[in-house]
Amino acid sequence: MQGVFRSNLIKGCGLVIFMIIVLICMVASVILGLTHVNAAMVIDAYTHFDGSNQHIIIRQERVPRALIGASVGASLAIAGALMQGLTRNPLASPSILGVNAGASFFIVMAVTFFGMTSLSGFTWLAFLGAAAASAVVYGIGSLGREGLTPVKLTLAGAAIAALFSSLTQGMLSTNEKSLDTVLFWLVGSIQGRDLTLLLAVLPYLVIGWLVSLVISPKINTLMLGENVAKGLGQNTIIVKMVAGLVVVFLSGGSVAIAGPVGFIGIVIPHIARWFVGNDFRWLIPYSAMLGATLLLVADIAARFVVIPSEVPVGVMTAIVGTPFFIYLARKGDFK
Amino acid sequence: MKKYIPVRFRNFSVLASSRAIWITVILMVLFLVVLVVSVGLGDIKIAPAEVFKSFFGTGSDLHNLVVRTFRLPRILLAAFAGAALAVAGAILQGIIRNPLASPDIIGLTSGASLTTVGFLAIFTTSDNALTVSINWLPLASFLGALLTGILVYRLSEKNGLSQFKIVLIGIGLAAGAEAVTNLIMVMGSIYIASRANIWLVGSVNGANWPEVVILMIWFFILFIMALLLSRRLNILELGDTITVSVGSSTSKDKKILLIISTALTGGAVAFAGGIGFVGLMAPHMARKLVGSAYGALIPVSALLGAMIVMISDLIGRTLFAPIEVPAGVFSAIIGAPYFIYLLYKSRNI
Repeated sequence: MQGVFRSNLIKGCGLVIFMIIVLICMVASVILGLTHVNAAMVIDAYTHFDGSNQHIIIRQERVPRALIGASVGASLAIAGALMQGLTRNPLASPSILGVNAGASFFIVMAVTFFGMTSLSGFTWLAFLGAAAASAVVYGIGSLGREGLTPVKLTLAGAAIAALFSSLTQGMLSTNEKSLDTVLFWLVGSIQGRDLTLLLAVLPYLVIGWLVSLVISPKINTLMLGENVAKGLGQNTIIVKMVAGLVVVFLSGGSVAIAGPVGFIGIVIPHIARWFVGNDFRWLIPYSAMLGATLLLVADIAARFVVIPSEVPVGVMTAIVGTPFFIYLARKGDFK
Repeated sequence: MKKYIPVRFRNFSVLASSRAIWITVILMVLFLVVLVVSVGLGDIKIAPAEVFKSFFGTGSDLHNLVVRTFRLPRILLAAFAGAALAVAGAILQGIIRNPLASPDIIGLTSGASLTTVGFLAIFTTSDNALTVSINWLPLASFLGALLTGILVYRLSEKNGLSQFKIVLIGIGLAAGAEAVTNLIMVMGSIYIASRANIWLVGSVNGANWPEVVILMIWFFILFIMALLLSRRLNILELGDTITVSVGSSTSKDKKILLIISTALTGGAVAFAGGIGFVGLMAPHMARKLVGSAYGALIPVSALLGAMIVMISDLIGRTLFAPIEVPAGVFSAIIGAPYFIYLLYKSRNI
């Protein structure tokens, strides 16, 4: 499939433009909000910190939030693009396939039963949950003669997601105190997250971004079909496993920071494909930039819907994402 | 023993399979056993004989109080909610002709939960009292389920009703409805959030008699309508072309049956919350027992669904006592593997 951007030059220019848009969105995310600040104050907050309310808000709240929004959005979009490629399923994404639900379940279990509060522990549990859920869903989805079909995979994902979220809700319903602490996180939000939380996860995310770029030509080959890829001398199992690991790192890491933010992983790769076609060498960076943009814009919008309180950004993305998912399901030619 | 027994009553006559009758009778006995056992178990253990006495108000005062005020309404509510979801699932599987259809998979439960939580959030005052009668709650849930049902149906209609498309679109709508439900929970007070959370996963804790009576009436009216329409369902299951050629109106029948199914789901969700997977499991088990003829399938599904929820609730309130785990957690623990097993069985289709 070809996108609207044909030549490499245009694609490169497009990527630069999208990078600039992400930067603009990040600046907007720092400046816009209930407390008015301007660009000069942002620079002052880091060069001449005077302890005023605005400066504290900028350093503690706005800047971490913009950075987290950009990294989580990019990670989820890359994870979605890789999943759609690996499973050849246009509907695949971390939220639909139960990966987010698995990560949430593990974290809530740790909070409820073991009273866990350490950040690094959260991260590892989120990875573990994401890995467990994706392995199970992938396993069930590939049963049968035809192997992995979109419908089987989606159904398996829905069942696993339903199971995990029932268990999560069950744990929370027995313990109102942990519900209060976990509820906002469960919906997916990047508000009030500490920068240390991002720093704890950032190494994994960066590894995920880089590896996904490195293996993107291999994914292109894999997209030609399992047999063709093998015939061209590719060790398909290793490529799939590495890509699977990247998905687990990116979606598990995102859940650890922001909670299960849905639908970015499904919407963004389709938009990116509209721009650059099916070439993963371009698709991955485009998805990253568009994903960061979407999450930042959704987060800014979430601040202004019900002033002075905020809508969790996960709700905003779901409201955009549901019609899109239905559009894809209607368009798709399933038996 | 003959395979079929004719039943005639004035203008009404039907051939009932004797196997189905036997199975229904056995299940009714089992249902009573589960009822008595589950009334007897809990913090205070009551022997079956004492339970029977208390049913008629002749037991000791303490037993009468525990059985008649606390346990019986809750267990009956579980039974009716389970039965309603099971019948709703059985009907949906017939209309959609997809073995994986059930009220929760195609999003009816999520839609009903959304309006239920919305209803609670809008009409709860700051001191946690409701400003309108609780009797309106099933209507709100029903409207949510109905709206979702219509949306799913309309959206998947393009180029004929595709079996899998309806499931995929249901999953998508369910995710959207859940997001909005979460939004309401986050914006409301923690009291609403905690109440809504229990609602979402499905629990019959704190049931009272008026609720049981409303759900019972709601269920029996719809159950009888479903039974009367069971012949139409039998025909619908053969596919659109055959339905039309034997002179049945496909779209009209489908619409009526869809409304019955959503009404049953709405009623169950209003009082017991979104107890998952019952609507999927019970009709499948029933099909194994009595085959696909709906005249027998509907009552057998209802009995099985009632028992599944009663047992889930029994486990939920006794296993980790004094902590109560909502019934929906256990139905999901049994139901999700069953769903996967169904996927596994249909892997080559």
